[in-house]
Amino acid sequence: MLIFDRSRRGRAAHAQLLPESGESPAIPDYLLRKTRPALPEVSELDAVRHYTRLSQQNYSIDTQFYPLGSCTMKYNPKVCHDLASLPGFLNTHPLGLERTGQGTLAGLYELQEMLAEITGMAGVSLACAAGAQGEFAGVAMIRAYHRLRDDLARTEMLVPDAAHGTNPASASMGGFRVREVATDADGNVDLTALELAVGPQTAGIMLTNPSTLGVFDQHIRAIADIVHRAGGLLYYDGANLNAIAGKVRPGDMGFDVIHLNLHKTFSTPHGGGGPGAGPVGVGDKLLPFLPLPVIVKDGSRYRMLTETERPHSIGHLVTFAGNVGVLLRAYVYIRMLGHEGLERVAEFSTLNANYLLKKLVEAGFEPAFPQRRAAHEFIITLKRLAKEHHVTALDFAKRLLDYGVHAPTVYFPLLIPECFLIEPTETESKEALDAFVRIMAEILKEAETDPDRLKSAPHSLPVRRLDEVRAARHPDLAYKSE
Amino acid sequence: MPFIPHTEADIREMLAALGVPSTETLFDEIPAELCCGALDLPPALKEMEVTRLMRARAGQNRPLLCFAGAGAYEHHIPAAVWAVTSRGEYYSAYTPYQAEASQGTLQVLYEYQSMMASLTAMDVSNASLYDGATSLAEAVLMAVRTNRKSHSRRILMPKTVHPFYRRVVRTIVGSQALELIELPYDVETGRVDPASLEIHSGTDIAALVIPQINFFGVLEAVDELTVWAAANGAIAIALVNPMALALLKPPGEWGQEGADIACGDGQPLGIPLSGGGPYFGFMCCRKAHVHQLPGRLVGRTVDMDGKPGFTLTLQAREQHIRRGRATSNICTNQGLMVTAATIYMALLGPEGLRRVALQSHQNTLSLMSSLTAVDSVERVFSGPFFHEAVFRTRRPAREIMDGLAERGILGGHELARDYPELGEAILVCVTETRTQEDIESYARQIASLLSHG
Repeated sequence: MLIFDRSRRGRAAHAQLLPESGESPAIPDYLLRKTRPALPEVSELDAVRHYTRLSQQNYSIDTQFYPLGSCTMKYNPKVCHDLASLPGFLNTHPLGLERTGQGTLAGLYELQEMLAEITGMAGVSLACAAGAQGEFAGVAMIRAYHRLRDDLARTEMLVPDAAHGTNPASASMGGFRVREVATDADGNVDLTALELAVGPQTAGIMLTNPSTLGVFDQHIRAIADIVHRAGGLLYYDGANLNAIAGKVRPGDMGFDVIHLNLHKTFSTPHGGGGPGAGPVGVGDKLLPFLPLPVIVKDGSRYRMLTETERPHSIGHLVTFAGNVGVLLRAYVYIRMLGHEGLERVAEFSTLNANYLLKKLVEAGFEPAFPQRRAAHEFIITLKRLAKEHHVTALDFAKRLLDYGVHAPTVYFPLLIPECFLIEPTETESKEALDAFVRIMAEILKEAETDPDRLKSAPHSLPVRRLDEVRAARHPDLAYKSE
Repeated sequence: MPFIPHTEADIREMLAALGVPSTETLFDEIPAELCCGALDLPPALKEMEVTRLMRARAGQNRPLLCFAGAGAYEHHIPAAVWAVTSRGEYYSAYTPYQAEASQGTLQVLYEYQSMMASLTAMDVSNASLYDGATSLAEAVLMAVRTNRKSHSRRILMPKTVHPFYRRVVRTIVGSQALELIELPYDVETGRVDPASLEIHSGTDIAALVIPQINFFGVLEAVDELTVWAAANGAIAIALVNPMALALLKPPGEWGQEGADIACGDGQPLGIPLSGGGPYFGFMCCRKAHVHQLPGRLVGRTVDMDGKPGFTLTLQAREQHIRRGRATSNICTNQGLMVTAATIYMALLGPEGLRRVALQSHQNTLSLMSSLTAVDSVERVFSGPFFHEAVFRTRRPAREIMDGLAERGILGGHELARDYPELGEAILVCVTETRTQEDIESYARQIASLLSHG
């Protein structure tokens, strides 16, 4: 039932209704609205009950194991939300930030410094609202760098074929032509292919390491050498930083520019699809180009650098100072972990992933890269099931929902047929992993004996499998009252 | 180890299962010379300690009585909004890729899209963008993709559009060979004079941006501007404040056929100021253009049994399918903010939202009438205004702002940096949260600052 179906003409949440002033606005009539918007008319309890009940139709980290690969669905500590929601932070107007928001700026400044240390970069800007925007900023900085050197022929961005879809999309938005680089049989970038791809047209390469295939590219230094020698720059997509946080720093691997997804590695909420935050970090070469604002400390005061002080900056990417509330949550998280806790993130996310992989293989599942160690996530392929029992990875995923776990990422990366990308994260216990293995084994048995059970799954959720073709062919994107 | 549940016994058993002596071994594929050693970070804090730290930090923020707007507005947020939005089932879920396990989030987004479409009188709304400025940048890019009549990639951008929005548009479309042409404003009225568009008539213009309310708080002649855009083959992009649309003519009804795209910042709908974010951007358009709309879209469909349900749809527009040829690179957007806005709109309803808009407008009228009664304070523009207005005194704006801050008031936003031609002007905003007493106190403090200055 939609909130609109609960609406009754003349009903209202009276505690929220201001008194009617009886005066008319001092606005010419032709600029005024003549029809009421079709917003629902409900009581406060109606609304609270409706949206509480809807929430109960969601799987979430707080309620289910959620091993969605590449998304790092780890526990989001409640205290981070509480502290970022202190009235002193929430009520600060963005235009009063320097004058009245010194407490906020202090947190942001220290976050910049800590992220620079964690990633081995020379400087960080917190401005970007999400990972994809961080990518755009990174690509724009690379462009600005080459242009300032009058190196205008560098129009091509290299992207491995295993990369996340945002990489080529961001490169295009940044005005580059995208050239794909192949992956070798071990899941590393194919060095021969890379040698052939680089040249005076190369602006840079966008890499995730560990890659989306869940393995660490051992040749990263060689890749860096090849690209740097050709005059290009290295961009690090921080989507998988959870695998190496506290162990290896992108700066030490040779990357010139990075973005981080705070909603992954630094435990800020995913919120049903945002808000995220995508800070960018750069080495010395790209410092002048960082997006604004950058926060600096003058004596005991914090302030934001202006365009005049950073004339080569790529500029501003969001209206104000970025997703400040998200940044404060990440700040609290890092302060709680400290250096020791941060090193444990990589250690235990990797331990959990390798343990889970081992147990799943023992249960009869096929790893995509049996010869490799898993990083913080790994891929299994269900191509045998598809062939022998006509059960797809999607069917398997839907059946998992019946067992009360969120499905892993399916059909990504595109290189591996019928794949699951599984990321347990460090905040899951051994019992949770063992339970998942039992469920996977159970479904595997079902797939072999009763494949229809999977093909018609899920059976126990609020809805069964949805008609996506109909949704796309006859889009119903907004409620229309009869 | 905060948030890591493993016992010593767990670790032993897991390592034994893997046949490795320690977790270190699991990193043996990483070249040893890349490992960084101990990081220079502060030591770990317990929850109690970090709470103490953050309370102290929050206390360093000075609470001022807010008379600033300029893109971020203090409105009352019903307690129920964030009590429900903060539920873990919303807070800790991700993008609803598995529709059957995400019907809560999906239905909220569908209801949100419906509310926004109705508020703007457009056909469809996406499920959010980052904020107002990025929504305008995406709208400009969408207009260029959509406008098949135009080959110019030239965009008319009034100077009455928020200067922060304009700088973001410059950054984002800068690498796409678009030409942004600045439209001047009438210094008397503070709005775009439709007659000033005449020099562009008959030239190839891809889109015209129409801000309502404009940055000065003044109402633009939206009908004439929309008609001009239609007559000249330009896409009309409405940049609007959703709160104000409870009272103002919605973009879908501007001119003869309405605007083509409506976008803006959703912050006034239940989102706290929070130092500038997270807020959310919105974008609505006509049905014909939906395939060019960036961002997530939720559709209503049926399941295998014919039961209604919701799913992400028209994903062929998006980066995870189309990669380098996607409509935008956006994936994660501002889902939780949209959840709050949906609950906010449900709690306020059409009448509640209208009264918030009206009260804000009337409070601003009241402030301007008190202010202009003070000797040497003048309203800068004569055009009709909504809940923001520009005034000038004989003292430097900086001194006025500092003086007000000393008296516990955030006095507004100084315009000199972006509009030096306006002299010592201040943009002030009054929402429904300010009382008559607050308003009088503001005027009194200004009078006192001027008598001492």
